[in-house]
Amino acid sequence: MQGHVKEKAWWSSASVIVVVFALLPVAWIISLSLKKAADINDGSFIPKSVTFDNYRNIFDQGVFTAALRNSIGIALISTLVAVLLATTAAYAIARLDFPGKRLVLAFALAIAMFPQISVVSPLFDIWRRIGLYDTWLGLIIPYLTFTLPLAIWVLSAFFREIPWELEQAAQTDGATPFQAFRKVIAPLAAPGMFTAAILVFIFAWNDFLFAISLTSTNRARTVPAAIAFFQGTSQFTQPTGQIAAAAVVVTIPVVIAVLIFQKRIVSGLTSGAVKG
Amino acid sequence: MTQTATGPPPTSSPPPAGPSRAVSAPKPRKRTDRAMSERRLGLMLCAPAAIVMVAVTAYPIGYAIYLSLQRADLRFPNANKFIGLSNYSSVLSSSLWWQDLWTTVFITVVSVAIELVLGMALAIVMHRALVGRGLVRASILVPYGLITVVAALAWKFAFTPGTGFINNWFGSDRAWLTQHGSALFVIILTEVWKTTPFMALLLLAGLALVPDELLEAAKVDGATSWQAFRKVTLPLMKGAILVALLFRTLDAFRVFDSIFIQTGGANNTESVSILGYNQLLNRLNLGIGSAVSVLIFLCVLIISFVFVKLFGANLSQQRGES
Repeated sequence: MQGHVKEKAWWSSASVIVVVFALLPVAWIISLSLKKAADINDGSFIPKSVTFDNYRNIFDQGVFTAALRNSIGIALISTLVAVLLATTAAYAIARLDFPGKRLVLAFALAIAMFPQISVVSPLFDIWRRIGLYDTWLGLIIPYLTFTLPLAIWVLSAFFREIPWELEQAAQTDGATPFQAFRKVIAPLAAPGMFTAAILVFIFAWNDFLFAISLTSTNRARTVPAAIAFFQGTSQFTQPTGQIAAAAVVVTIPVVIAVLIFQKRIVSGLTSGAVKG
Repeated sequence: MTQTATGPPPTSSPPPAGPSRAVSAPKPRKRTDRAMSERRLGLMLCAPAAIVMVAVTAYPIGYAIYLSLQRADLRFPNANKFIGLSNYSSVLSSSLWWQDLWTTVFITVVSVAIELVLGMALAIVMHRALVGRGLVRASILVPYGLITVVAALAWKFAFTPGTGFINNWFGSDRAWLTQHGSALFVIILTEVWKTTPFMALLLLAGLALVPDELLEAAKVDGATSWQAFRKVTLPLMKGAILVALLFRTLDAFRVFDSIFIQTGGANNTESVSILGYNQLLNRLNLGIGSAVSVLIFLCVLIISFVFVKLFGANLSQQRGES
């Protein structure tokens, strides 16, 4: 019995260490964002006094609000299109018999491991030629490419679990394969699509390499890129507090979403086994 | 079922439960209308996704190979011409490329090794913890959900003298990010903090596949916990571990965001991805930049090849089990 209590205490303290280590940098950046300009360099973990000036400042600046709008728009459109394309492809892979099926899966897997920097130079050149440089579409297209593999793997794993007798029943009743897909299977597939959507959104929201390479102005620059190049309101104030505030603003919604949908995310990540 | 989609080589991809799996059988002259329409629908449904994937990877890589054989400097747009492998010999004979490759390999190996150990520990804690399992899982998802740039900034500020709490807590006045060794330490710490959760979740899925009865049996036979872990758990998890290692290795090799934010590549902390980016956007040299891109692509191919050669049997066994 004694050993049991000891073991329990051991696992619990290990859990506490994990939680503290996981949350420490997040608490730190929140603390920085709440510090007064004068206290930014005091090196203390907890702010001596709390102010929301940094938040007011960033929302008064075009740079940040434009970046926020770009990030939201680009991430949402990428998510929508990627999930749509991946759903049809995954359905075909899980259910239909056709040549080239394995090729699609193999290719998707290869892309998941693909070094993104390798396509940055050619895309930079092509985009400048055809006018996609510094546009939303110029970012949406690479995001689609690099999230489709994950979405296809997650969804085809999910589709294999769906009770397909229902589809056959619908076809027996005279539905075409497409009708069976749309009316019977799509509603059942919604949770899987939702999982894929979250993972795609996180990838697009997170991306930095494409965002700094393929954009140059507020027109399409997303928040991670804007934060990296953020100069502050004037040359005489250190932008640290404002950068921290911007970081908190873009982090909080995603972290909340991740926590709400954690079960789906965990199952999606482990079934796809591909990091977004 | 989580295993069905878990791993590489496509050659061993699990057979779908379709009704007519006659792909490899000799093609019958007459197909039923049903089978034909199924083929057509399948191709049609896959086509858009396949086209987008090919258009933005295969085509640009081909174009990168073409550019890498050219003198293509955006500052001298009219001086483009075919110069064979000169760009490659300039890159491969420069000490910068080898220095950056070494840095990248160092960061990759050290951070993946630490992540494997920590991730395994974390997976076991989540597997075993009776109290607060949900809390642990929720909090390790926070690093996963955080933007890498934000994570890099948080650690950067934490280690910046004056601003950061680290020096304050440990009574030091070290300028962490301006020295080679300590800057690498901060970069690796950031990588480990951000991606260990992913590793832990993959390993946790593998851990769930180890039957409790086997561990009980080992205990009854007098094995210590450590022996049971080494002789029972680890062998059964081999496939899951290798898949996690492969994905994280290739991912770590691309390291860019945290280095860009924390040091910008100063003090020999530059990775090959940073090198490629600098050639392109600071030097505007598409030819050299593309040669670097192609070389990075080759490195990734080599890493995948080595994994598949060394562990191919295990990787495909991992999928076969499903």
